[in-house]
Amino acid sequence: MTAGRLRFALALALVLLLEALSRFGVIDRFAMIPPSEILWHLGKILSGGEMWPAIGKTLTNVAMACIAAIIVGVILGTLIHGWRSLRETLDPLFAAYYAIPVYAFYPLFIVIFGLGDVPQVLIGFMLALVAVIVNTLNGLDRVPRVLIKTARIQRLGPLATALKITLPYAVPYIFTGVKLAVAYSFIGVIGAELIMSRTGLGYEIGFAYNNFDNAVMYPLIVLVLAIAATVNTMFFLWEKKMLARRRK
Amino acid sequence: MSEVHVALRGVTRVFPATAAQREVRALGPIDLDLMRGEFFVVVGPSGCGKSTLLEIIAGLNRPTEGAVTLEGNPVAGEVPEGIGVVFQEDASFPWLTVTDNIAFGLRQTALDKAEIATRVDHALRLMGLTDFAAAYPVQLSGGMRQRVCLARTLVQRPRVILLDEPFGALDQQTRFLMGDELLRLWRDSGATVMLITHSLDEAGMLADRIGVMSARPGRMLEIIETRWGEERGSRVVATPRFGEITARLWQLLRDESQRAMAGA
Repeated sequence: MTAGRLRFALALALVLLLEALSRFGVIDRFAMIPPSEILWHLGKILSGGEMWPAIGKTLTNVAMACIAAIIVGVILGTLIHGWRSLRETLDPLFAAYYAIPVYAFYPLFIVIFGLGDVPQVLIGFMLALVAVIVNTLNGLDRVPRVLIKTARIQRLGPLATALKITLPYAVPYIFTGVKLAVAYSFIGVIGAELIMSRTGLGYEIGFAYNNFDNAVMYPLIVLVLAIAATVNTMFFLWEKKMLARRRK
Repeated sequence: MSEVHVALRGVTRVFPATAAQREVRALGPIDLDLMRGEFFVVVGPSGCGKSTLLEIIAGLNRPTEGAVTLEGNPVAGEVPEGIGVVFQEDASFPWLTVTDNIAFGLRQTALDKAEIATRVDHALRLMGLTDFAAAYPVQLSGGMRQRVCLARTLVQRPRVILLDEPFGALDQQTRFLMGDELLRLWRDSGATVMLITHSLDEAGMLADRIGVMSARPGRMLEIIETRWGEERGSRVVATPRFGEITARLWQLLRDESQRAMAGA
């Protein structure tokens, strides 16, 4: 049996175990409903349509946070890489960055930006940004010196060198940052919605939780999982296709 | 072959002291004229500053003292138009196909697409890479990747081609074949070529003139004229003249190499 099939079998076994434990009353119905019912309710929620605005709003905010973090992160990473003293100043801060609980700033963001989408996007953006910067720096560090010399022989300026030589070389490393940015954007946006907001999937999950509405809460959790897994798989396949050209 | 193409006057290079290392006098002083259209080969013990010399001529590195001129214009820490360089390390772009690699330099210019395609097709054929036009560098052998880099340089029609041990990583048979190819390309292009090599055979069979460098700081010990004319390449290896040249090269280099090893 291949590793992939084994993984699938393991996941299936766990789901079946949960189903059995729920059905035989080992797991209380107030704690969790059986997986089969979760799926059934999920189908009902999706076909009902009342949850689509929340789904759309969350995905839009995740996409905005993620895309902004990628663009700003690559630009900042490239600038910082070219500016040595700035790099030496910031490197330790990047290393310590993920020790900061970004959510602690969330109330402050709400005070500044109000209870709209901006603070939520900002949280996702902040979580994702440094992962992109750090991986861009890592990729640019690995560009062979001979390619930099080649850029000079081709008489390329700093911008053309970055766009045509160093960043293309660094793409596989930057991609690692992009994958993290996707994950952090989901965590940031949905987490922020859960804590304090009036819309979105995170809010709906929190609302269902406060009302002991397991028939809504669990299907939405599964929906979030499914979306994250789908996006992740898409990026994984894209990366594999891209790397096939670069590595043996 | 009477017109001076590249001129070096009193060129030295000193690498200033760093935390890890004392000041290093790497090169010079060197006076040297490369004549238009000649094939000049530089040999010397390892660490004698051959690559530094090439980088200074290319404008990748600044001389500490002295000056370099290309066609009468000073070269000072900026790569002038009309120079092509092929390095020992693989400089192919792994994210581009062979075709896109070769076309890279031309696409930075205002040249029209049809002309670029013509030149790239020609280079692909010349280098025996036509079947690999759509391949990525990772799919090629080391020798083929060097040919891609050579093709990328040649399609831009440089007037001066600097080669820093481009076949250094290849096996002896491939090097001989690449040497013959290089001669053919040089004759067709009419460019001035400077080749750095550590292979005395390569120097003996390819050069019009061979500059022999001393151990660090590298100076020109002697310049040997091969007097091959058009008839040269791997076929001259069997001639008595070839034996004389390589014997003289080895005589000059043996002491220097021992000094370099003792100093290292």
